Amino acid sequence: MSETLERPAAKADLQVVGTRPIRPDGADKVTGRAAYGADFNMPGQLVGKVLRSPHAHARIVSIDASKAKALPGAKAVVTAADFPDLASEVLEGGEQASNLRDLSLNVMARGKALYHGHAVAAVAAISSEVADEALSRIKVTYEVLPHVTEVEAAMAPDAPLLHDHLFTEGLEARPDKPSNVARRHRNLRGDPEAAFADADVVVEGRYVTPPVHQGYIEPQACVAAWAEDGRCDVWSSSQGQFMVRTYCAKVLGVEISDIRVTPAEIGGGFGGKTTVYLEPLALALSRASGHPVKMVMTREEVFRATGPTSGSVMNVRFGAKKDGTITAAEVELKFQAGAFPGSPVGAACMTALACYDVPNFLITGYDVVNNTPKVAAYRAPGAPIAAFAVESAIDDLARALSMDPIALREKNAVRDGTKASYGPTYQNIGYVETLAAIRDSEHYKAPLGPNQGRGVAVGFWFNVGGESTAAVNIAEDGSAVVVTGNPDIGGSRASMAMMAAETLGIPVERVRPMVADTASIGYSMLTGGSRTTFATGMAVVQAAEKVIADLKARAAKLWDVPADQVEWRGGEAICLDPKADKKPLTLETLAAQSARTGGPIAAQVSINAQGAGPGFGVHLCDVEVDPETGQVSVVRYTAAQDVGRAIHPSYVEGQVQGGVAQGVGWALNEEYIFDAQGQMENPGFLDYRMPVASDLPMLDAILVEVPNPRHPYGAKGVGEVPIVPPLAAVANALRGATGVRIPALPLSPPKVLAALDGAKAG
Amino acid sequence: MSQLAYLAPSSPEEAAKALAASGARPLSGGTDLLVQLRSGRTSPSLIVDLKRIAGAVGIREEAGGFVIGASTSGAVLGEHAGLLRAWPGVVEGANLIGSTQVQGRASLAGNLCNASPAADGVPALVAARATCVIVGPNGRREAPVESIPAGPGKTSLAPGEFILEFRLPARPPRASDAYLRLTPRTEMDIAVAGAGVNLVLHEDGTVAEAHVALGAVAPTVLHVEAAGAALVGTRLEDEALAALAAAAQAACKPISDKRGTAEYRTRIAGVLARRAAVIAYQRAGGQR
Repeated sequence: MSETLERPAAKADLQVVGTRPIRPDGADKVTGRAAYGADFNMPGQLVGKVLRSPHAHARIVSIDASKAKALPGAKAVVTAADFPDLASEVLEGGEQASNLRDLSLNVMARGKALYHGHAVAAVAAISSEVADEALSRIKVTYEVLPHVTEVEAAMAPDAPLLHDHLFTEGLEARPDKPSNVARRHRNLRGDPEAAFADADVVVEGRYVTPPVHQGYIEPQACVAAWAEDGRCDVWSSSQGQFMVRTYCAKVLGVEISDIRVTPAEIGGGFGGKTTVYLEPLALALSRASGHPVKMVMTREEVFRATGPTSGSVMNVRFGAKKDGTITAAEVELKFQAGAFPGSPVGAACMTALACYDVPNFLITGYDVVNNTPKVAAYRAPGAPIAAFAVESAIDDLARALSMDPIALREKNAVRDGTKASYGPTYQNIGYVETLAAIRDSEHYKAPLGPNQGRGVAVGFWFNVGGESTAAVNIAEDGSAVVVTGNPDIGGSRASMAMMAAETLGIPVERVRPMVADTASIGYSMLTGGSRTTFATGMAVVQAAEKVIADLKARAAKLWDVPADQVEWRGGEAICLDPKADKKPLTLETLAAQSARTGGPIAAQVSINAQGAGPGFGVHLCDVEVDPETGQVSVVRYTAAQDVGRAIHPSYVEGQVQGGVAQGVGWALNEEYIFDAQGQMENPGFLDYRMPVASDLPMLDAILVEVPNPRHPYGAKGVGEVPIVPPLAAVANALRGATGVRIPALPLSPPKVLAALDGAKAG
Repeated sequence: MSQLAYLAPSSPEEAAKALAASGARPLSGGTDLLVQLRSGRTSPSLIVDLKRIAGAVGIREEAGGFVIGASTSGAVLGEHAGLLRAWPGVVEGANLIGSTQVQGRASLAGNLCNASPAADGVPALVAARATCVIVGPNGRREAPVESIPAGPGKTSLAPGEFILEFRLPARPPRASDAYLRLTPRTEMDIAVAGAGVNLVLHEDGTVAEAHVALGAVAPTVLHVEAAGAALVGTRLEDEALAALAAAAQAACKPISDKRGTAEYRTRIAGVLARRAAVIAYQRAGGQR
């Protein structure tokens, strides 16, 4: 930590940050009062529903909606003809960029349906039953086209093409033929081939992962109301009301400020709610019908038309010296993007070797379109997939070298001053401290039982800052309201209130955190990229500091002393001039007199926060395998993570546990199963098997605190790192338990049993 | 647009009459029916709730055996000490359906008549040689439980017929049962394979009588007589268990689907039958 910086405050000086107050959103959630997307209703609202393609790839020859429009009670039908045909344009939307044209085409198919479940029309009607009847009366004539699902099949030269205009970017020369490969990413350092030739030990593997869904509990839901003057309102569940506003305005071709978006409580997003599906349709239906329109997805629609993250095929090779020094790496990542370009393969390339100081490497990534739903961000997009391959290979390398897996990672660890594989030079990172926390844990030394194995894996995520606005408004009694533009998906209201309380020097119970609509607070990028507590928190602290400067000026005025003779400490203005003999003025006193000292006490700050600190996680997993059935149980799990400084440690532990739970599901059972026609066979939680509570042991979280000096309280993003290591941690534990490396997820019972058979057969 | 009527008769005869109408569906716990209604997989015109019929809910002891009302919930079964002592396998099968919340509603009759090959409530009932009392437009009849499912989603019940109660026979000394299933998750899941084993032992610990039933390995739950025969006269020595597993596997005719391959289901059925037999044997007081 830099000595010239006063910040972050030393831990001993903190009164609120680092404590565990009752969460401000808790009572509403446990009593059922919290209003989620589907809880909002308007008088006279219609029910909106979507007609979806029954084909994975088909030309839409014609759509005849006349019989649906003639149905009594059916008030509107919209198709692509009701939306502007947009040009290709890249929009920076937060965690990842989106192409406006692709976004629009994903919301409503134009000319071609590109996956089973792709929206081709939408209706609004007076009831759910009438809406269903109207959908059944829309006649769509399709010309079914050959489809392609698997990534390597989509890359083949003779594969069915999704987009005639798609030419691979990132090659030395522009190709002369279109392809399903949207982009090739390439990052070369040093001379990997020479280094491999010179290595004492080389390990390699081919790894496969299926697409998996974010699996948020709350399906997408919204109400849209288009007024006669062209102004409109949207209420919806998303990770960013400003994202919804921008995307809807662009897709519909209206002024951004004509749309007001009010965020509902969000029932999970995990990146999957960083885009829009229903909102533009509901707005178009409202415009066409003159009524508010409510749309709520079924779980089946959530699976068929939203998310997931990419399925992949990966090749990884490491070369090392006998002493464990890694000298060479080669990583090749092929990711499914779904119907439109934009898989997280770029981030996967950047994170793949981010924990390792390797002098020679080649990382190649391919972003490949295929006939499945367009992928959406999923918690550290791309990183868990790449880490599954890389950390499996590192585990094999440790075995080949007969080295302790943590010692191997420590020997090759990135540290402050290391130039990261993706470019920048690390500063203030806590990776080796996190490795040490696991190495020194009781868990790492505990004995294993029969049929049990232990796995280690590490993970990295960038964490970002970005644009945020926050307001701090002091009420007449000295209590405070903190207003931000970021939906609270991981405890941000708690951390905002705590940072404001800490700064102002008042109890956290006197601060009410609010998430405002797009007309009531300045622009904020969406909640994603593990940015909110860092970036929006920084805006909150700066707004609180502005309030304090104002309070000091008012106290100086009341005391008739120079402003520099006033200090703010413990929630009070203190006069530094002993001769003046002034008793401190509390926030309550100053608030009560605000009319006399210049009016309301409030401040709003808009920033583009810089200096986010990357996060590292080290996970330790014990599994037990049933050798007769292949069933794998996670019996113990410890996750250590550098969190900068935990603002609310219980929430941070919850983030770590939640990431592990999702990662274990990804490792053991989750997968999209497609039939020969490209239709998902398991679009429900019965057969898309996310873990239930009884599938997991207590998940232990160790918070390592290496503060981020560029944040007032040392915060680093924490929400995404925890899902990066678990896939490989589970796989490595299973390798330990069975002696067999299974390089393809999920590690489901039949696959494990087949691998055990294969090993026995020798 | 479809219309849906609801009826809750208090007499079996009234219920049979109502159920004879086309488009009528019986309702016990509703844990399958309501899901099917909401997903649009079924659209009945009449729902006949059977829970108000006398005897439809509750457990009584009769002639040393048990009579279980067809609509009795899993939660009630799980709290009946006498039933648990005599037929722990039947109870553990019923208690594996769904989740804690679902257990408050889910019934054995519903599980049986939904006619899923993977129904967790059924194999132990079949191994127990349980019968069901069926009421219909032509009166009452009694039939073995395994005669009810006719294939996935199909039963042998005639129009208007429904199950009023299950009958479990009296238990001799040194008798017990067990049910095991395999699911990738610990709960809220559908069996990839399941096995119920019911044993009666001689005083010397050898098996006097054995019944083995398998779930999710054929269009209906199978009563595998050869598997039971492999245990009779043994103390569940390793060879006996191997013979049991082999006989169980030989009887399997599963499909491959998203929940498991035919090969995997067959293999697991043998493993589960073997493990369930050992549990039932120990519960019956046998020592291996």
